[in-house]
Amino acid sequence: MSEPGDIAAHLSSPKQRDEVLELGMWTFLSTEVLLFGGLIMTYMVYRHADPVSFAEAGRQTRIVIGTANTAVLLTSSFCVAAAIQAGQAGAARAVKALLAAAIILGTIFLGLKGVEYAGEYRDHLVPGIDFMQSGPHTQGVRLFFIFYFLATGLHAVHLLCGIVVLIIFLRCYRQIVCHPRYLAGLRTAGLYWHFIDVVWIFLYALIYLPGRSG
Amino acid sequence: MKNYLTEDYTLRSWFFTTDHKRIAILYFASLIFLFFIGGAAATLIRIELATPQADLVSSDTYNRLFTMHGIIMVWFFLIPSVPNTLGNFIVPLMIGARDLAFPRLNLASWYLFMLGAAITLLAIFMGGVDTGWTLYTPFSTLYSNSYVAVAAAGIFIAGFSSILTGLNFIVTIHKLRAPGLTWYRLPLFIWSLYATSIILVLATPVLAITLVLLAAERIFGIGVFDPRIGGDPLLFQHLFWFYSHPAVYIMILPGMGVVNELITCYSRKKIFGYKFVAWASLAIAAAGFLVWGHHMFVSGQSLTASLVFSFMSFVVAVPSAIKVFNWTATLHKGTLRFDAPMLYALGFIGLFTMGGLTGLFLACLAFDVYATDTYFVVAHFHYIMVGGMVTAYFGGLHYWWPKITGRMYSEYWARAAAILIFLGFNLTFFPQFILGAEGMPRRYHVYPPEFQVWNVLSSGGATILAAAYLLPLFYLGYSIFFGAKAPANPWGATGLEWQTPSPPPKFNFDRQPVVDSPPYDYEHAPEPQNV
Repeated sequence: MSEPGDIAAHLSSPKQRDEVLELGMWTFLSTEVLLFGGLIMTYMVYRHADPVSFAEAGRQTRIVIGTANTAVLLTSSFCVAAAIQAGQAGAARAVKALLAAAIILGTIFLGLKGVEYAGEYRDHLVPGIDFMQSGPHTQGVRLFFIFYFLATGLHAVHLLCGIVVLIIFLRCYRQIVCHPRYLAGLRTAGLYWHFIDVVWIFLYALIYLPGRSG
Repeated sequence: MKNYLTEDYTLRSWFFTTDHKRIAILYFASLIFLFFIGGAAATLIRIELATPQADLVSSDTYNRLFTMHGIIMVWFFLIPSVPNTLGNFIVPLMIGARDLAFPRLNLASWYLFMLGAAITLLAIFMGGVDTGWTLYTPFSTLYSNSYVAVAAAGIFIAGFSSILTGLNFIVTIHKLRAPGLTWYRLPLFIWSLYATSIILVLATPVLAITLVLLAAERIFGIGVFDPRIGGDPLLFQHLFWFYSHPAVYIMILPGMGVVNELITCYSRKKIFGYKFVAWASLAIAAAGFLVWGHHMFVSGQSLTASLVFSFMSFVVAVPSAIKVFNWTATLHKGTLRFDAPMLYALGFIGLFTMGGLTGLFLACLAFDVYATDTYFVVAHFHYIMVGGMVTAYFGGLHYWWPKITGRMYSEYWARAAAILIFLGFNLTFFPQFILGAEGMPRRYHVYPPEFQVWNVLSSGGATILAAAYLLPLFYLGYSIFFGAKAPANPWGATGLEWQTPSPPPKFNFDRQPVVDSPPYDYEHAPEPQNV
């Protein structure tokens, strides 16, 4: 059931269109893995060189906010996945509600992240802007927080892009249930959203958990 | 009958086009401009080096010149050269598609590239960068008083253009092939661009994040790579070469792909060992990710690491050698025609072999200690990047010129230019092997007088090379206006791109082509036409 304008002029079938979109997103995600991967490898190298300082720094992070944010983001991913299911089932109002919920949860995440950043600024933990620590582990703590701000900042930028994309889909939630093109688009956007989620799970383990076990 | 060039003449129809062929033309124009900027820096370098004293530029200016030459030529000419011009134009035609998978992304990629180029040129005209194209820390972050962060921003943005192009090619090659065009029926140009795209997609983001770390350290003074506050400058080298060594293969694989097309067409034979050549591209791409440490043999990395990287560098030579042997085996008992593109292809094989074998010298730990940072290294990578890639680029440009423009160029002048480029190139860079073996370090603009004779030869060769690179501008330019009209398939070549008119219509084919024959089926190909 393809109507005129449903497939771009250079493609031949709806199936091809959907496959192109999906493979395009997977390829894009592979590039993203290496983008975050370079940063995470830098972290691993320094943590390997100075595990004590990194454990010390890890204890200064705000695990309550971090954990709450993990729950928020995982729930948002669930909403996006459910919105895609609803789109397939043709439930336009459910699509609308679920996408709105995902957007709100994404925004809450960014808000909590802001609260966290403000707290770290007050504690003089922002390298390059206001970093004042004493003790034998200063250098390692600074390296840790450089990674912390770059990685969570990069993640937040990705999340912001994801929110914008979901807002675009929210505005045309009716089309999602009647045009396969929009549903394919939402499915692709969903892949991206889940990826942001997966990155956060890695960051959560690397940032908040070291130094807190045992 | 309208073609993609006569479809619309407005400026708007060019700058907002999503036609892969027009975007390729936009890249062509941009790259010619950037090639001449990078070439101008090389010219000044060679003039300065004609005498042992510093008589043209100061040390500081010289540092900025070779940095500018490196940055422009690597990121703004060689990496996009074949993929974004010839690849952009030919890939959809070759696989029987109407366009790339994401036409708008393709246009966005060009705009990103131009933005990156503009910012980098801005850095150069504000006063330049003096770190060398490798941007090594801690010099680049702590000491250099030049526009490192601006240039890094330009390279960062251009990197995303590379990623988008690679992504577009991967999806296009997977999903948009004509009916019947199986993987083993694809022209090898497609295989090599596929391998290149994998590197573009997987290596470039590491450069991006490395440049972010570099800029963060330079702007905020935080110590990611600063040894005084716990950072490790060697980590920068690891990250940089994790991208930049695979990037070397971005700068040669597409050239190899072009050569496959030329060698088969002008020996009228199918390629020898198709599957070996195809998989060799992917083998080079894969092994290329595991050799970066051979840029760091004298950096103080552990001997174990050096041994492993040395071994892996030898491993990477195997698929490269497979290609060279298979090309020569293809020539064997072929019906050879020495048209201009073939002269370029033969030149490529010779020069690439020289560059590749000297690469094996450098992969030997014991020899490398002596050759590190000498002109031997400079000569080696110019044999690959200029002798190899630029020669292949010119070969491909001539081969597909009738398809792109619909006009035939002057064969006489084209052959003259091909021969001059080969001679000029060797005269420029062979003496540099000798200079390097005698111990002349790179990146110096004053040198002991006993090195002068080789430097004069090199500068003399550079004059010939520069003139030879200018020649095509004239006869190819002339052909656009006055050349004979090109038929659809002037060379009697196989490949779908030759089955549509020259120049092709907007969506490439009047009807969807279907493939039912193996690649390079020259036994059943039409005869070349003498236009």
